[in-house]
Amino acid sequence: MSAEEKRVWIYAVIAIGVPAVYFTIILRQVPTTDVTQIAYVWPLLTAIGIAIAVNVVASIVTAIASPKEANLKDERDTDIHLYGQRAEYYVLVIGAVAALGLTLASFEHFWIANALYLTFVLSALTSSIVKIVAYRRGF
Amino acid sequence: MVKPTKVTNVIRALRFAHGEMTQADLADRIGVTRQTVIAIEQGRYSPSLEMAFRIARVFDAPLDEVFQYPDTEEA
Repeated sequence: MSAEEKRVWIYAVIAIGVPAVYFTIILRQVPTTDVTQIAYVWPLLTAIGIAIAVNVVASIVTAIASPKEANLKDERDTDIHLYGQRAEYYVLVIGAVAALGLTLASFEHFWIANALYLTFVLSALTSSIVKIVAYRRGF
Repeated sequence: MVKPTKVTNVIRALRFAHGEMTQADLADRIGVTRQTVIAIEQGRYSPSLEMAFRIARVFDAPLDEVFQYPDTEEA
């Protein structure tokens, strides 16, 4: 497995794991609490910060484990990256439209912020899955 | 779903004909990862024209001896 593919796997695991914890903690409060009273801002920022930090640390650990190939990125990696980004774009657009709809319909900030976060999560996940399929099945 | 390339190649045979060159050796010589050489050999990745020329040059062979493309389009 190339260094770039390892990074994609790391990104995918983080894109699933961290938001899963965040949404479990936050959304379980929804049935019993008014959403305007749910303290979601710091947990959301913390989740984003943890995801970035874990991604950086995991990438460094991977590079240390395989120093020879750590900086080796070729045209196939670049092509697959662009292919994944194209898929990611569609998810981002759909999520942005959904968030716009929530805003125009005067939903609480809670729903708009979480819809946007979910959009980022799903776009990252889509990009990762498309890239992994491209690495494994062909491109 | 990703469609495999129709471009085929004889890189594997050429490697063996050139002193049993390893995939890692070829990858080093053309500046790509070993995984990319594997993907090209297995028809899972169609290289750029530039990379194709670099590969052909390693084997001192014309491009169309290394890579082939079917004459007729499949329906």
